[in-house]
Amino acid sequence: MTLELVHFQVFSALLFSIGLFGVLARRNAVLVLISIEILLNAVNVNLIGLAAFLDLPPEQRVTGQVIAIFVIIIAAAEIALGLAIVLRYFRTRDSANTDAMNLMKG
Amino acid sequence: MSGPLITFFLLALLSAAGALWVVLARDVVHAALALLVAVLGVSGLFLLAFSEFLALTQVLIYGGAVTVAVLFAIMLTRDNGPQFGLDNPQKPLAAIAALVVFVVLTATFVTSDIATAGRSDVAGAYLSAEAPVKTSFEALGSTLFVKWAIPFELAALVLLVALVGSITIARGAERGESE
Repeated sequence: MTLELVHFQVFSALLFSIGLFGVLARRNAVLVLISIEILLNAVNVNLIGLAAFLDLPPEQRVTGQVIAIFVIIIAAAEIALGLAIVLRYFRTRDSANTDAMNLMKG
Repeated sequence: MSGPLITFFLLALLSAAGALWVVLARDVVHAALALLVAVLGVSGLFLLAFSEFLALTQVLIYGGAVTVAVLFAIMLTRDNGPQFGLDNPQKPLAAIAALVVFVVLTATFVTSDIATAGRSDVAGAYLSAEAPVKTSFEALGSTLFVKWAIPFELAALVLLVALVGSITIARGAERGESE
């Protein structure tokens, strides 16, 4: 048995499911944001596996890595904005509970 | 079992254990530290797929910046009042949904013909146990700054706007009070 693309893909599916469970089951906003980071990491694992194992022409071989870099950039922007919003919310409500976030309720 | 496959399983086990610890931990700080374990395992997997630059970026950005930012956010949002549980009442439903997604994705990947399509020479390098293929730093750099130059600059702009925006959002309350 050797290392194949399908190993990377199944592992990325596993990581994605774990992250999805975190996003759906957690109540603390910071924990939800951390779980979203796991989701984005799972996507990156899939991209890198495809970039390494797919039979592409040489000039397209690094495209997967380039897209993974963009995913990391967006993930950094997302966590910075998300944490800032959580901090701001905590100042007004003294809580990071996502179930209690109803400031915009009509 | 070949060497790369054993390494892959060890790293995948480490990373999956870290991720499970993130979503199951009873303490917020433990979850943030477990994220570090998970992303370091993933960075090892990137190395295994000959993506050195991504592995380095992963350690620097996730291991350094994101974990520290999350720890600071946890420190600043500690609940002093009555503790609410860390998990939702919908936890069993979430577990079912995650399980369904995992089964569907795995079935798709295993039956997909992409997995059995031709192998690149990277995979061939493992099979023949020869010297690894040429490092991809050079190819990655020239692709990123020639073919993807405009998207890259746009991404830099997005990051700048997001960071300035997050500073503005986080400071807003204090400024509003002092005026």
